[in-house]
Parts: sequence; C-alpha cells; structure tokens
Amino acid sequence: MATAFSAPKFAAQPFTTISPTSQHKPLKIPTAASPFLGSTRKLLRLSSSSQLNLRRRSSGSVFAVSDVVKEKKPTPIPSLLITKEEGLELYEDMVLGRSFEDMCAQMYYRGKMFGFVHLYNGQEAVSTGFIKLLKQQDSVVSTYRDHVHALSKGVPARAVMSELFGKTTGCCRGQGGSMHMFSSEHNLIGGFAFIGEGIPVATGAAFTSKYKREVLKEADCDHVTLAFFGDGTCNNGQFFECLNMAALWKLPIVFVVENNLWAIGMSHLRATSDPQIYKKGPAFGMPGVHVDGMDVLKVREVAKEAIARARRGEGPTLVECETYRFRGHSLADPDELRDPTEKAHYAARDPITALKKYLIENNLSGEAELKAIDKKIDELLEDAVEFADESPLPPRSQLLENVFADPKGFGIGPDGRYRCEDPKFTQGTAHV
Amino acid sequence: MAAIFQGVGAAATLSSSPSNSFVPKKFLTSPRRSFCVPSSVVVRSDGSVNFDLNSKSRRAQQLVANAVATKADSSAASSSSNPGHELLLFEALREGLEEEMERDPCVCVMGEDVGHYGGSYKVTKDLAKKFGDLRVLDTPIAENSFTGMGIGAAMTGLRPVVEGMNMGFLLLAFNQISNNCGMLHYTSGGQFTIPIVIRGPGGVGRQLGAEHSQRLESYFQSIPGIQMVACSTPYNAKGLMKAAIRSENPVILFEHVLLYNLKERIPDEDYICNLEEAEMVRPGEHVTILTYSRMRYHVMQAAKTLVNKGYDPEVIDIRSLKPFDLYTIGNSVKKTHRVLIVEECMRTGGIGASLTAAITENFNDYLDAPIMCLSSQDVPTPYAGTLEEWTVVQPAQIVTAVEQLCQ
Repeated sequence: MATAFSAPKFAAQPFTTISPTSQHKPLKIPTAASPFLGSTRKLLRLSSSSQLNLRRRSSGSVFAVSDVVKEKKPTPIPSLLITKEEGLELYEDMVLGRSFEDMCAQMYYRGKMFGFVHLYNGQEAVSTGFIKLLKQQDSVVSTYRDHVHALSKGVPARAVMSELFGKTTGCCRGQGGSMHMFSSEHNLIGGFAFIGEGIPVATGAAFTSKYKREVLKEADCDHVTLAFFGDGTCNNGQFFECLNMAALWKLPIVFVVENNLWAIGMSHLRATSDPQIYKKGPAFGMPGVHVDGMDVLKVREVAKEAIARARRGEGPTLVECETYRFRGHSLADPDELRDPTEKAHYAARDPITALKKYLIENNLSGEAELKAIDKKIDELLEDAVEFADESPLPPRSQLLENVFADPKGFGIGPDGRYRCEDPKFTQGTAHV
Repeated sequence: MAAIFQGVGAAATLSSSPSNSFVPKKFLTSPRRSFCVPSSVVVRSDGSVNFDLNSKSRRAQQLVANAVATKADSSAASSSSNPGHELLLFEALREGLEEEMERDPCVCVMGEDVGHYGGSYKVTKDLAKKFGDLRVLDTPIAENSFTGMGIGAAMTGLRPVVEGMNMGFLLLAFNQISNNCGMLHYTSGGQFTIPIVIRGPGGVGRQLGAEHSQRLESYFQSIPGIQMVACSTPYNAKGLMKAAIRSENPVILFEHVLLYNLKERIPDEDYICNLEEAEMVRPGEHVTILTYSRMRYHVMQAAKTLVNKGYDPEVIDIRSLKPFDLYTIGNSVKKTHRVLIVEECMRTGGIGASLTAAITENFNDYLDAPIMCLSSQDVPTPYAGTLEEWTVVQPAQIVTAVEQLCQ
C-alpha cells in the first residue's frame, strides 16, 4: 500500500534537480514511490507490477507523490506550506467554487439554465492549487467543466452566472454557455465542448509566449499556459500530439490532468491500457508527476515547481492530479455506475474540509473567520444570481454581430453593398 | 485609376486596394478600343433568343485575340509607369507571404516541411533562412494539433499562416477548423479574434490518386465564421495571400496543385485583392460562366472554341467561394440571362450546388434557362489517366453545355 509521503519532504525535492539532460541519467525514484491510488483492488494489483516497470525504466523522470490522509500520523511539521493570507485565499477560492456549483445545480433544476452543465464539486483543490499561483497575463485553457477555472482565474461570479443564464451580460454575451467560458481580460481561453480540442489551443498560447520572447524580443515575457483536461482525454490523439510538440519546442505550458477516474460512465481503468497517466510524460521527454488532487497544498507545491519550470524556459510538465467529482458527469447523469464505497472514500477526503482542518490545526485561522468567509461567499452568490436574473436576454440585434471580426466577411449582396452595411444587419434580421 | 469598361450597371469588379491599383492587361483589350457595349443593342424577343449572327461574328472576331488569358503581354503595362516583374504562381505566393512577414513581425508560418525544406511546392522557400526557425515552423505530422496550435496562437496575438501540405490532409484538422477556427470569435462573444490563414494545394492533379486529389472547399463551406478564397493567377494569388493575412477573419486560401507554375507579369508595387470580390475574366453577352481555380483555364480554352463558333461568353472567376460576390454575379446574370457553373467539386454538395441555390434564390426572374452546373463526377479520383480525365470537367463538355444553354 502507499507509504505516507509528507508534503514538506516533497517540497525539498524540487524539480530543479531535473535538468533537460536528466533523462539520460538512471532513474531516481524516491523509495516511497507510491503509484496511482485508485479505489479498486484490481488497480492495487496493477500498481505493484508497474512499480517494477518504473525501476526498469532508464530514461525520463517520474515522481509519484501521494498521501493517504487517514494513514498519516500527526507529526509536528517544522515549517508551514502557506501563510495565513494564502490559506484564507485558497479557502475562499475553493468555497466559492463549491458554492457556485451547488447554486448552479439549484438554478438548473429551477429552470434558469439549460443544456449540458458539468459541475466541478470535489475537484476544487486542482483549480485553486494551480490557478491561484498565476499572474493575470498567464493563460488557462479548460474543458466543458470550466466554471470553477473561470472563477479561480478571476472572472466575476456575476459574469459566469449570467453566462449560464444566457443573458447578454454574461462573460461571452450569452453566446457561449456553460461549456464555453472565455475571458480575454483574465486570459481564460475556453471552455471547449469536445475533449482534447482545447489542448492544441493551449499549446498555441504557449507558443505565442515563446514567440514573443524570442522573435518579438519582449524579454520579460514569461507567460505560462495551463491546460486542464481529464483522464478520458489522455487517450485522445491531440493529447499525445501536443505533448510531443510542447516538449520538442520547450513551450511554457503545464498539462494538468484532472484524473477523476470516470469519463461519464467509462471507468479510466476500462479505457486505458496503462492507467498511470503521469508515466506518459517522460515518454515525450518531460517530467511526469502524480499528485493527490484532493489536497490543495500538495497540488500547490507541485504546481509551483511546474509553473516555475515553464517560466524559466525549461519546457512543459505533465501533472496528473488524482481527484474525484462528487456529482455525476453532468446534471443529466444519473450517476448509477459508480460504487458508493468509492464515493464515500473520496468524500472523506473533501479538499475543503481538509484545508479547513489544516488551517485550524496549525492556528492559521479559526472557525469564526472561516464561517465569515462562507457567509461572504453566500452573499456573493445571491448577488450573482440576482444580477443574472435581472439582466436582459440578448436582443435580436446581437445575432450576427460576432460571427466575423470583420463583418465584411458576410460578403457583397446583390445590390453592390456589403451585407453588413444593410441596416437590417444591426437589427439581426439581415439576409446573410 | 481602374478603368470601367463594362456597360450600364456594372460595378468596378477590378480589385481595389489602398494603394494604386494596377489594371492587369487581361481586363483591357486595348486602351484605345472602346469596349463598352450598351445593353440595349441586342433585342431579344420573348421566349426565344435571337442571335444577330452577323454583328456577333464581327464582334467575335475582335474578341478572339483576347479570349484566353494566358501569355504575358506588355501592352497594358503602358497604363502604369512600372513595368512589373514576371514570376510563377508559387513565387507570387511566396512574395506575398514574404512581404507580409516583413511588414508585420507577428506573421508566422507553420506546417510540415515549410522551413528547411522550403515547402513541398516551394511556396516558403528560403523563408526560414531569412526569418528563423520559429517564424517558419517545421511541425511534426499532426495536422489537427498544429492547426489548433495556430488557432491558439492567433487568439493570443500572432497571425499564423498554416500550411496543409496537401489540402486533403486538413481533413485531419477538421475538428479544429470547424469548432475552433470558425466558431470561437462568436462563442467568446467577440473577445478573441482568430486572424489565421489556412492555405494549401488541393484539387485534381496528374494521377495523384484519390486521396491527394480532394476538393475540400465543399466540406468547409458550411462552417460559419470563415471565409474561403481560391486563387488562380499569380496576380490574384499574391493579392489574396496578402489580403488574407491582413484580414481579421480566419481565411482559407485554396491553391491548386496544377497551377503553381503559371507565369504572369505582376506589378512591383504593393497591392491586395479584395477577399469578397469576384474577378471578371472575360466580359461577354450570351452566357455567364462562373468558375474558379483550375477550371478557369478549361473555361477559357472552351471560350476560344465558343468564340470561333460565334458565341460570346462572359467568364467570371468567382474567387471568393464563401461568401459569394452576388453583385458581380448578379449583374452578369441580369445581362446574359443564362448561367453555366464550371467547377471541380463533386456534383453533390459542392460550391456549384451552393452557387446554383444562391443564384436561383436571388436572380430567378432574370434567368431565361435553368442554371447548368458542370462538376466533377461523384467518383473517387482514379489513378488511371484516362479515367481521371473523365471525372473532371473538360473544355469540350463546356462547349457542349454552352451550346445547349444558348439554344
């Protein structure tokens, strides 16, 4: 079974020891290497054989970091991983994510939003752990499960809620919806409905960052891109193609796998020949890391190093976060296939509860302060819903506006004028 | 500076640009000869077409020498002080690309073998030496991903030109082109522009086999948010390349494998071709022939024969496959009342099919006969030369079609 691997020890083994040439050195595996922890016995059998595989590997650098909370004995931790301010920021962000998604579910069942809505409950540690380390100019690319990534990146809750309600005040003017959150101000580049199709776009954003530095000579441009995607995506061609290109050109990108073990009803183990996704990084020449995605502090430590690596120009990292979604795949998913014991196992590792416990035990905060944050978030969300409710629906005139950046693209009509010059165009009733 | 040589109601169909526009010699028969034909000269009786053969054949003889736009001819250069320079179509594309890369450092190229190899059709030859390996990026063979990468780069401030080594390979990039390229400007509520150019050679070549002979314009035409243009001469190749790069919209530029070695004299000065406009190749009276890319040359060859037989076809290279220039096309239909579309797409669902629908919708009252559309057979392009010839529209078929249309 996995050995406890306490966070500070991991922090003392930073990625800086991995140089680009390290793939030629013999593999250093921490003796406490713990492979991927699933909830099925089958996986545990698999893990013991794959440990042998790990040792036989002669190239690539693979780190596995995992912790089983209930096995950890209370030992005095010499230095804390976070300050009080950071702790409260993380707590607030995760509570915002959780409460927002719960509010979404409520609103959906009340008929305020429609279509496919995919909620992030349970995975908050990944979003908060990574995105709170970014600057505004860094980019985030997500999938259809993007509400919380948007909130963590700084998109106001009002804008996201309005977008979900399909109102014109939404971050995408109501034209994107749940699965297509975009914000140029906060550099959130989607929101994609098909899995895998955001990864090349993220690679492109990272390419722009490198281009700006090397061709346009903006020497201080060290923007990093984070690409979030799930376990199902890791069997998709675009994933592998982009790992190759990112490693080849040392693009400043971090590939974050939110492995919640399930792709709708398809268990990761049934879909993947080798379920240990982090091992696929070294195959392409980048470090592959496995981290407990239910622990925001561990995620944050790994994220710090991966993002720093990218900023320094050392190239991409593949981070596999073992996490879990407490709800179904979407609000339409009856969620009948998942084993209740598995759900209970992960519910016991709720990232918000864990952080709260950490903050209180280490005297970084108290119940009252945290409750005050909860209340603040509740009020924020009430306001967001009210704002979205009162916002207007998009008018007809909005129909044709954003199809082209240059509306001359609609062409020249029979009367010789550009169609966009037709007065009906601005009314949204022009024939195009 | 553009000479208007059409009669009543004609628009300036010549390409306009901010800088001086040079009138290519094809558009002028000669500076001194008046080519303006008042539209009321031929009186048509209702329900039947009367050809005044005598007057037509005289006019036809005048037109023979200029029926086919092929050889470079220096006569019209007299309208500009600059002699221009002669080059091949692929060189014109390269020139356009190079000029835009010099003009704007955000313009970059990505594709397979575009860098060190210089492009499989030499369109990017020596550009990597000049601009570096990052600006002219040799990608691995991963069309979907590098097209997506181009889209991501375009969204974050660059202006990439993505090359498909053969347009057919871009079928692998369909996910990115359809979902992201065309749609993200709209889905993001206008927050991100995607000024990408996707280009490459397509069309039926010389016995390249079915998969290398595809016409992707018919597959891409439904994608909302993109523009499609097809170049056919060195002049419009360079002009469209530059216009596409400067456009804020995503543009797909279709080149043709067999047209890369066409030679023409083009102006020295900076010019672009309007992305939304069609090109009047040969004005005429009897029938409107709409075509694009390689079929333009089959049409012009057929036009020679037709002119000898006494017909006066008006040939328009539609150039803009999406959107259609309904003004130029409409004016022509209103004049000739007969339309023949000659295209290389398959019969089913091609550009011709869409064009037929658009013309019927907008100009049905002006038509004296049903629109005829000559397309390739709905057949995978065979390898054997004879079979390949029969899948594509040949000049003889065009002549027969015009004769049929003008009965």
